[in-house]
Amino acid sequence: MILRILNYPSPTTRQCSNRTLVKSATIAASCSSDAAAKTASSIVAHQHHHDRQFSSLPHHLARQNNGMVNVLVKSTKVPRPSLPKINRLKKPLKQEEVTLQHVPSHMSYAGSQRMPITSEMRIVKPGEDTPSGIWPVFRMMDESGNFRKPDFSRHTNVSKIIPPKHHDLLQLQSALTIQYPHFKHHFMSSRLFQPSKNPYPDMPLKKEEEDDAKNTLLRAHRQMIRLRQMDEILHNAQRQGRISFYMTHHGEEAIHMGSASALSPQDVIFAQYREAGLLMWRGFTLDQFCNQCFSNDYDLGKGRQMPIHYGCRALNYQTVSSPLGTQITQAVGAAYKFKLDAMNNKEKEAAISIVYFGEGAASTIDFHSACNFAATLGTPMIFFCRNNGYAISTPAEDQYAGDGIISRAPGYGMAGIRVDGNDVFAVHAAVAEARKLALETSAPVMIEAMTYRQGHHSTSDDSSRYRDVDEVQAAQDVTDPLIRMDKFLSHYGWMDNNAVTSIGDEERAAVLRAMEAAEARPTPTLESMFTDVYHEKPPHLIRQEKELRQHLVKHNIHHH
Amino acid sequence: MKTMSLQRSSRRLLPRAMQRHDIMTSCCKSLTSSSFHNNHHQQQQQYPLSTVVVGRSFHSSSFAAAYQEAAYNNDDDNELQTSSSYPPFFPYESSYNPTKPDPDYPSLGPTTKLNLFQSINTALQLALSTDPTTIVFGEDVAFGGVFRTSQNLRSEFGAHRVFNTPLSENGIAGMAIGYASMGGTAIGEIQFADYIFPAMDQIVNEMAKFRYRSGNQWSCGGVTLRAPCGAVGHGGLYHSQSPEAYLCHTPGLVVVMPRGPRCAKGLLLSSVRCKDPVIFLEPKILYRSAVEEVPDADYEIPLGKAEIMQHGTDVTIVGWGAQLRRLQLATDLASKEGISCELIDLRTLLPWDSDTIIRSVKKTGKLIVSHEAPITCGFGAEIAATLQQEC
Repeated sequence: MILRILNYPSPTTRQCSNRTLVKSATIAASCSSDAAAKTASSIVAHQHHHDRQFSSLPHHLARQNNGMVNVLVKSTKVPRPSLPKINRLKKPLKQEEVTLQHVPSHMSYAGSQRMPITSEMRIVKPGEDTPSGIWPVFRMMDESGNFRKPDFSRHTNVSKIIPPKHHDLLQLQSALTIQYPHFKHHFMSSRLFQPSKNPYPDMPLKKEEEDDAKNTLLRAHRQMIRLRQMDEILHNAQRQGRISFYMTHHGEEAIHMGSASALSPQDVIFAQYREAGLLMWRGFTLDQFCNQCFSNDYDLGKGRQMPIHYGCRALNYQTVSSPLGTQITQAVGAAYKFKLDAMNNKEKEAAISIVYFGEGAASTIDFHSACNFAATLGTPMIFFCRNNGYAISTPAEDQYAGDGIISRAPGYGMAGIRVDGNDVFAVHAAVAEARKLALETSAPVMIEAMTYRQGHHSTSDDSSRYRDVDEVQAAQDVTDPLIRMDKFLSHYGWMDNNAVTSIGDEERAAVLRAMEAAEARPTPTLESMFTDVYHEKPPHLIRQEKELRQHLVKHNIHHH
Repeated sequence: MKTMSLQRSSRRLLPRAMQRHDIMTSCCKSLTSSSFHNNHHQQQQQYPLSTVVVGRSFHSSSFAAAYQEAAYNNDDDNELQTSSSYPPFFPYESSYNPTKPDPDYPSLGPTTKLNLFQSINTALQLALSTDPTTIVFGEDVAFGGVFRTSQNLRSEFGAHRVFNTPLSENGIAGMAIGYASMGGTAIGEIQFADYIFPAMDQIVNEMAKFRYRSGNQWSCGGVTLRAPCGAVGHGGLYHSQSPEAYLCHTPGLVVVMPRGPRCAKGLLLSSVRCKDPVIFLEPKILYRSAVEEVPDADYEIPLGKAEIMQHGTDVTIVGWGAQLRRLQLATDLASKEGISCELIDLRTLLPWDSDTIIRSVKKTGKLIVSHEAPITCGFGAEIAATLQQEC
């Protein structure tokens, strides 16, 4: 007698495919006839009870009369609500394990879903075969700072190769292309390896380092350090009561610098709130960041919003708003405008809109509407999801049951790719390729960047209440994008610990200078409270302002 | 129908003027108590807006001149100057100025007899042809719209400018915002005003605050969201709502409701070209039943300005949209009993023309506001509260 036992997948085994379950059940059933008979009788006894309970099952599962008895085995484990688990760690990567020989096949930053790593970049286009099982993560550089080989062989021992001339971008590019020919296309087309025509104005260099002013890779590295320092200092400033609120970007610097360097200035950015690095790359100064956080009269937003709600029209960065996900539908509209512009004016440089959001905001209604609109209307844009494992305290497994955000892309008819968000080069390559595809096909592309939110959600949050400190420590010491970048640069003799420390000190001093200057400035005038509500003040606001001023005068309150 | 009255005896003119009088006599030498007494005797005449005019008497005949005089006089500012570098109050003329004139209809040329959906169709046609960045989109817009407001537009202007979107109001609103923020004109259609609520996050949190929160770097003034509103008789709970109160509570929005085909065309063209986001509510019962002679020309009716449909002396009646038809019947009935009613169509609900209504109520002494929406916290409450304060 052959029993086909259809096991209802219990919640813990949700990720396994049904086929493996059935396979294991049939193997178990065919082990011994005694056992089979025993299980059969107990199963049949369950069946009656089971049928009554699950009478609303589709009939083809309940009964099938073809010589086999299909039996339903109810899972005996009754799920009970449990206390929030603090420890989500499943074998964290230790610093000592990351050596030249360490070539991981899977990764999981937030301690939950283990995802296979691939060194082949493939944007899954609509209509193509989607990955079977978990979507693989595209990664070029491992935690040891070495690039991956295609056949998972060991890393090349780079120290044995003569390092390229100090800080020569093009020579580094050619050296890497020779060592890793499978990445040749990425290296040759990557703007990170292309020196800039003009010196970057934000590279505070000593006289002997003036050649580095056009070095894009070093600029990315320096800006990651700058962002880190700005976060630390302004976070502490909030703790001292000097600003009201702050959100750090620890752990996501690679996403910022990697993606911003792959965009063009005419591409408009719709950010959520944890993307200040993009603005920094485009040229927002530390003074401007601090002015917004201190809400003084030099703030471009005229002091109306909470800190970190940056916006800059000159740099094509839309002003950040607090409601989550609203920027995603707006990005579709902007991309549609670019689409019509491209239709009407072929000579103009093509532009896309890129929208950033976290895995939490990907549950909002705007995300779903936007994906649907973008795919049906065919708008050239990139949906960039920063999957950092937490939405305030909600871990990713409470946020969605499917395979991350990227598995939704084929459902909407959209191209997609999953990348390692802690690898600057992978993010850059993915965004560059996605941008090209979006413009060619006039269609949206989704990128899911796996990363880890090392810091608290904001200054109003204490993340030790819902996650293990070891998990954060592993992210800070091992998988940190900055450490990975430092290691890569040190392999080729571009950086060492002293150089990194001195850059850190320089940037820290710059941030402190900017902060002290911003703190000293006065607040915006009273009139700015009533302007810009409409493009011109309507009569009722003119009247309201007048009443306010009369009130202030009457009670002898001075306000500039 | 909500009825409200302000008896002459309960007029609240004095306390506010007295407050100002105290400040004025202490600070300004130009005013004397005689001008304050003059105000008493001029109760019967037309007053300019009392909040603008502080204890002064105006003898100018036209309201426009008085308004300008009040706008640019600096005597009031003496009391408020805390420093010598005090900015002046009225550095520009507000485009929501109720003294802007209505179009001169006889001079606009030939007219056609159109109903409401035809006149809106004409207005959309003009908007699409005069501004090449204009797009019209929403649910079922491509084939002509469930109320035929967008018929023939797709064949004339192309599928890339007149198109259907998936069924998502928040998507329509968000897409309109994004398109307009890049410099385009987006006319989105919400199929029924009852379904505008999924878009409220985008409308209230994004559309209304887009310019303000960016410090005037970014704006989405090119947005116009059109939605049919109001009862038809068989619509029930979800095809009859008038959501203007929710929208008018949001500073930064412009809310407009026409009462007929001729003003709908002018108001829609003003709304589309307005530099602020506009919600254009169309009373759906008037789509076929309201027929008027509509000029073929391209004309705009100023926003922020109410229209006095008929002048009267005994009572001021204020309404908007389809309700004005009922109010017209009521005023006809009342006139048979010898009551002379001043009927005012508000047209723009936000920012609303309080000047016209205050002036009218100062003349008549009584006010009735009537609207289809629920009474509690309806827009009539806003008018009543403001009039209570000003008159």
